[in-house]
Amino acid sequence: MSGDHDHSSDDVHHDTVLSRQVRAFETLLADRGVVSSVEIDSLLEVIERATPANGSHIAARAWLDGSFAERLLADANTAITELGLTMGEGPDVRRLRVVANTPQVHNVLVCTLCSCYPVSLLGPSPTWYKSEAYRSRIVREPVQVLAEFGLTLPAGTEIVVWDSSALTRYMVLPQRPPDSDDATEQELASLVTRNGLIGTAAL
Amino acid sequence: MQFSPGSRVRTSVVDPPHHTRLPQYARGKHGTVVEREGQWALADVNCAGRGDAPVEPVYAVRFAARDLWGSGEHAVVLDLWASYLEAAS
Repeated sequence: MSGDHDHSSDDVHHDTVLSRQVRAFETLLADRGVVSSVEIDSLLEVIERATPANGSHIAARAWLDGSFAERLLADANTAITELGLTMGEGPDVRRLRVVANTPQVHNVLVCTLCSCYPVSLLGPSPTWYKSEAYRSRIVREPVQVLAEFGLTLPAGTEIVVWDSSALTRYMVLPQRPPDSDDATEQELASLVTRNGLIGTAAL
Repeated sequence: MQFSPGSRVRTSVVDPPHHTRLPQYARGKHGTVVEREGQWALADVNCAGRGDAPVEPVYAVRFAARDLWGSGEHAVVLDLWASYLEAAS
């Protein structure tokens, strides 16, 4: 197939070539019984539903409902089903562990070996999360790395870095934003950022 | 071997010639078990495409930065299969 590729800088042309290659690959996989088009379609639906709005919803509910927060921290996989969310989609079921930030403890996530990430709750991971610089430095000098993200924690805050090296996926429950006492669940969710759920920002 | 929350453990020093999930920076280090996460097929064997991977408990193990790097006030928690760990005092 390489003969069809003329190294043109035309994006449309590239997309066409890539789409054709993907379609050919998909057809081969289906023909050989490796995967069915129904399975591929259902996986695509899962990916489309995977956005940081899911993680934001979880955080907002946890701030408003103390007993939900308790259930979330004890058994996140079960608790998120209350919001219609699940870790059971996609190719494998993952254990979810939510770690809560407090005035004393700040949590931050990484996968030093590759790029493990709670995709179904946060959507596709940001490029920096997969970079060697972030992965190698956050476990070694988190204070400096967080400062580069613009986050300076109060002196004495304990930093815990969660390196997801197996089948658990982590999500940070940020501290509730200041001056949000009267906010509705939807308003609270809108204050949550992706970096807040990774632990590289405060809200 | 089974561990409970609070157990002191030491990680393996072995540098295997195959895929493993014990990162180099955490080899031969002392840590404390946070919790048992569940049990899963050992990635070292499973990732080789073999169907006979032993199913082992996986533990969240917390390490002090000082023990990993010689300095630092933070902690790092890793998810480690039982066969990466041995009991330590």
